[in-house]
Amino acid sequence: MALLQISEPGQSTAPHQHRLAAGIDLGTTNSLVATIKSGLASVLPDDQGEVIFPSVVRYGKDGVAAIGKAARDQASEDPYNTISSVKRLIGLSAEDITESSAGMMFKLEKTDSSVPRIATDAGAKTAIEVSADILRALRTRAELSLGGELTGVVVTVPAYFDDTQRQATKDAAKLAGLNVYRLVNEPTAAAIAYGLDRADADSTIAVYDLGGGTFDISILKLEKGVFEVLSTAGDTALGGDDIDNAIVDWVVAQHGVEVGGNAGLQRTLLDQARVVKHALSTNDQAQFSIQHGELSINSTVSLETFNSLVAELIQNTLKSCRNALRQAKLKKNQIDNVVMVGGSTRVPAVRAAVSEFFEREVLTDINPDEVVAIGAALQADVLAGNKPDSDMLLLDVIPLSLGIETHGGLVEQIIPRNTTIPAARAQEFTTYKDGQTAMALHVVQGERDLVRDCRSLGRFELRGFNPVVAGQARIQVTFQVDADGLLTVSAVERDSGVQAEVQIKPSYGLRDSEIESMIRDSMTNAQQDVAARMLQEQRVEAERAVEALDAAMAKDADEFLDENEKQKIVDAREAVVQSSTATDADSIKSALRVLEKVSEVYVSRRMNASIGEAMKGKTIDSYEKQDSPT
Amino acid sequence: MAITLTDAAADRVKTFLDNRGKGLGLRLAVRTTGCSGMAYVIEFADELDEGDVVFEDNSIKVIIDPKSLVYLDGTELDFGKEGLNEGFKFNNPNVKDECGCGESFTV
Repeated sequence: MALLQISEPGQSTAPHQHRLAAGIDLGTTNSLVATIKSGLASVLPDDQGEVIFPSVVRYGKDGVAAIGKAARDQASEDPYNTISSVKRLIGLSAEDITESSAGMMFKLEKTDSSVPRIATDAGAKTAIEVSADILRALRTRAELSLGGELTGVVVTVPAYFDDTQRQATKDAAKLAGLNVYRLVNEPTAAAIAYGLDRADADSTIAVYDLGGGTFDISILKLEKGVFEVLSTAGDTALGGDDIDNAIVDWVVAQHGVEVGGNAGLQRTLLDQARVVKHALSTNDQAQFSIQHGELSINSTVSLETFNSLVAELIQNTLKSCRNALRQAKLKKNQIDNVVMVGGSTRVPAVRAAVSEFFEREVLTDINPDEVVAIGAALQADVLAGNKPDSDMLLLDVIPLSLGIETHGGLVEQIIPRNTTIPAARAQEFTTYKDGQTAMALHVVQGERDLVRDCRSLGRFELRGFNPVVAGQARIQVTFQVDADGLLTVSAVERDSGVQAEVQIKPSYGLRDSEIESMIRDSMTNAQQDVAARMLQEQRVEAERAVEALDAAMAKDADEFLDENEKQKIVDAREAVVQSSTATDADSIKSALRVLEKVSEVYVSRRMNASIGEAMKGKTIDSYEKQDSPT
Repeated sequence: MAITLTDAAADRVKTFLDNRGKGLGLRLAVRTTGCSGMAYVIEFADELDEGDVVFEDNSIKVIIDPKSLVYLDGTELDFGKEGLNEGFKFNNPNVKDECGCGESFTV
């Protein structure tokens, strides 16, 4: 049983055609993927419940050996094959990198190509390929969580990314098999998550993003629903890691500990510093206690001490804020909203300082680690067509369902009523008879099950496709209603590429009262319509069975059946034909079942004969001989 | 005639409706699809249409048009989890046959 999500009114999709969309925050240190389920935005966890996916890939001889948390945890074992912070390289040329890569754990392959390649056991990897591996893992997580293939994604990039870096990010997504609806700037995504894009008036927004290893401040202007980045500033080597280091330095100085080159001790100290930092987001003091070999440290860190340790870091970020404002030619009091992004903005002193600087409350309701991914997911949901984005576009709805006549005078709805326009829906149909080379398409409007109870809008024909066995041709019929309510129905046969189309104005000549009565009729006649549909479906089934039987019997009935058997089938066939003139679906069904039963022997003999035919004149030996090399 | 919700389903519907901030309740329906199949529709409802039947179970309003009710009567809506995926399930006594994944069915 499929697991379904609640759609917005009129936005339901046909089975297996769900528009599954996700937002991906492809970060330097960590990445996240978010989606909208039943209208609720949420970040998707892995099977351990972890939402944060470390942007780390470890390569082995056979390709990706570990990814995400596993790769990060193994980093010290295999530093040169474990690639982290690859975002710092994406879209850069070999020359760009030489200086900025100082301190990075990469071995760059020497090549003539301008695209830098990282040497790993799995071969030389470009930043695009490494990013693609990360994106592929996030894609898998999203698809498992949504129960289907992603239709499209929005990927976020820093506001300062240039065209090459953006193109490289897009290429990475493509390589990961993702359809990118759009790249969205990280600060813009954060503003969207807070719904600031739906503000009535134009506004200016500051997005303060203090992550693990980078700091960015962006000033955005929202005008008529469109975001423009006015300025960006920041520091690519400033973040939460610096806070951890500051705590360690303080503790080490207090206790006169000699860390030297002891990597294990360094790691233990940093881990404990992180615990203390997190505790001080909610408490006035925290315990710094470690046990490392002979060494034992137990120290109380007060909030006051902590605040003095981070004061300089905060001042540095505010300097960047001043810079950004200057570039944007704005004063502090001209900023309408301040959005906080990144785990380090949980530090109360950071919030207080930013709030004081901009002289207003800062937005912190949404988890600062997740806010960018959530904004991206909201945007992806709109772009996938799951929202009746009424705030952005003036929308109208289709007053009555639009559909097509199928065999037996039944209506197949393609666009249900109340669907917002513009709208486009496609469905695949097939042929009913062997050798059929043309198809008549009858476009109808209405809520009833039978064509005769609906309104005919137009007819057209698709001619000249290749004759094949019934049910093999694939004819895609697309209904497209543009913003003006103009309906274009087009049909294309996939193999031959033959196509045809017709244009109609569906609401032409229909008064509101007529629309109303058509809908009312469909409700009052619900029971009859269901019965009529079932009857008609059985009749079509009966007709199809009789036709197939007749074709076979004309060919080889005498060869496979004796008179008695033949008579039984003919009688059963007659009963089916008789019953299908009746108005009772069940009697057709039971007559069909009898026919199936008595024909079984005929069907199996024909099947065996056709297999025999295919192998005639060949012995098992000859098959073996053909297969073995001479 | 009735449509019911399990506690799990009612709980999730309430969360989603609260998050959305508007809506009368949940609209369930079926629409035709494929050659002879039906598919479930599950949407938020912002308004009642003429003839709609409204059920209330577990303090959730379930809104359904009379035509769909023919196919859905007696259905229990459930919410379940399969691996990382989670969502709503229709336990529909009218179903005789369904496609492999259960998204479309026949009566």
